Amino acid sequence: MTSNNKFRLLALAAMLALGTAAAHATDITGAGSSFVYPVISKWSAAYAAKTGNHVNYQSIGSGGGIAQIKAGTVDFGASDMPLDAATLAKFGLGQFPDVIGGIVPAYHVAGIAPGKLVLDGPVLAKIFLGQITSWSDPAIAALNPDIALPNAKITVVHRSDGSGTTFNFSDYLSKVSPEWKAKVGEGTAVNWPTGIGGKGNEGVSAYVKQIPNSIGYVEYAYALQNHIGYARMKNAAGKVVQPNTASFQAAAATADWAHAKNFDLLMTNAPGADAWPITATSWVIMYRQPKHAANAKVAFEFFRYAYTEGKSAAAALDYVPLPDSLVKQIEGYWKTEFKQ
Amino acid sequence: MSSNPAIAVSNVDQRSRRDARRDALFRRLLKACALLVLAALLGAALSTLWGGREVLFGQGLHFLTSDAWNPVTGDYGALAPVFGTLVTSLIALLLAVPVSFGIALFLTEIAPAWLRGPVSTAIELLASIPSIIYGMWGLFVFVPFMARIEPALSDTLGRIPLLGKLFQGPPLGLGLLTAGIVLAVMVLPFICSVMREVFQTVPVRLKESAYALGSTTWEVVWDIVLPYTRSAVIGGIFLGLGRALGETMAVTFVLGNAYSITSSLLMPGTTISSSIANEFNEAVGTHRSALIALGFLLFVVTFVVLLIARLMLRRLARREGA
Repeated sequence: MTSNNKFRLLALAAMLALGTAAAHATDITGAGSSFVYPVISKWSAAYAAKTGNHVNYQSIGSGGGIAQIKAGTVDFGASDMPLDAATLAKFGLGQFPDVIGGIVPAYHVAGIAPGKLVLDGPVLAKIFLGQITSWSDPAIAALNPDIALPNAKITVVHRSDGSGTTFNFSDYLSKVSPEWKAKVGEGTAVNWPTGIGGKGNEGVSAYVKQIPNSIGYVEYAYALQNHIGYARMKNAAGKVVQPNTASFQAAAATADWAHAKNFDLLMTNAPGADAWPITATSWVIMYRQPKHAANAKVAFEFFRYAYTEGKSAAAALDYVPLPDSLVKQIEGYWKTEFKQ
Repeated sequence: MSSNPAIAVSNVDQRSRRDARRDALFRRLLKACALLVLAALLGAALSTLWGGREVLFGQGLHFLTSDAWNPVTGDYGALAPVFGTLVTSLIALLLAVPVSFGIALFLTEIAPAWLRGPVSTAIELLASIPSIIYGMWGLFVFVPFMARIEPALSDTLGRIPLLGKLFQGPPLGLGLLTAGIVLAVMVLPFICSVMREVFQTVPVRLKESAYALGSTTWEVVWDIVLPYTRSAVIGGIFLGLGRALGETMAVTFVLGNAYSITSSLLMPGTTISSSIANEFNEAVGTHRSALIALGFLLFVVTFVVLLIARLMLRRLARREGA
């Protein structure tokens, strides 16, 4: 009888303890870029298991993420494009990178294995401008003296939906080709001079896989998973590099972050000798003076977790964790720019 | 039961008044239902007009006559999406209407009774497949198939003078023709079910009389069944057309999504709804306004198409009367 009572009391105490623990847990919300959605949801699950704090992230697109954080309906937004200093100042916002991804030219040419073809920026721009129309063009042949290139018409595949991938890709082409900059420019969606549009990375991968002699651009992970050819690129330093974790990190490490206020910098055409030229990140956007200080604190803890323990989760999804040098700069930025 | 006639009369009186009240209430309820549809339609039209005002009024006629679509410079024209929408829907109808007609005839006039049930159910099941499934099937199964037969198309149909232009181009497998065929499969069950339903309403007496006069099955169908059900059949076709005009996901996957107007059906194009679905997520400012303006234009295009259908019906009816 008494032991039974004791047990009940214990159970009650346990329930109370659990109840208070649950009350202490903070749920925060974020919204934006679909590029980071897979890795943020994986981090979120692991972080919740560790701390009990939940991060709800909605993949509504960068434009939507920016609109939501400006309206103050979420604790953080995520965007594939950085905001400029004037916009950040106007809304009292700050931004910092979260994770890195690489974009690769993906091709489907019979007899040329993945990673064999070499391209450089100007040639890539000419292909996407519709000026180089055949695989046997002398400009491509000059970069690939050891490969027998077919005399076949090139079919260009691009994204049909607005995307950060297109933004970074077109930004790269603008940097390496004045003609591209003048005729097309850069944006999440641009006026493509030639080619067909696939929806999403999966759409472009599917088209490249199905259409012989095609070339497109996708996030590195999609090229790997779909077993399609991806090109090596001659980077800004003139060296031919393979797309991989090391070359993506080299781009992030050698990009001139120190002089980019609010990390307002695209990593494309990074100067490092081993840097992959079409490397991209997305930015987390938060209020400098948050309305809910407790939520902001959890958000910073969450991203600190992402930069450290979350590295392996990011790598498992074929994202590339930020190099330590960049993480240090971000932590410094948090201290000076945000009220914590 | 009452022995007092006065009370009986007042009971009847009360009852009829109550009925009148309920009738009025019922009438108002029905009117509200109908008005709700009108209000929703008007609301949608006005809000797309408002959302697209920046481009519709800012660029004016240019928006309707230009085939440019440049989100970087903010230069938008709706010609290419409108063209793609109309062409793919037209191809879909050209293919789906004769086939639906054949299926409906077979089911109502020729098929043995035991076959009618299963085939009808199969067609209705076809209508319930979500459009994303058609898109995936189109992308992974039908596009490679088209890529294989398109060279043959270019070599045969492509040789015909004038008409041949429609079938020349690189054998990508995707483009206006592929999108039109996928759309045809999607709208077929809608048109077919309507046709089958209305063909069943033709009085047996009429058909039997025609057969008794020595008509063939085709003559019965063409001269008796079709004239009897004409307006409903055309209604069914326009139900299918409405779906084809607004279909989004399946088309997006197989159309190639290029803002271009070409003479070849093998070339990629774009439609109004697939442009919106593709770009809306990341669009801000003028770009978003242009996409909403496209939505308004879809209203206008659909309205014009339905108007033409109504006029056609009226003209047919008038000729009948004369």
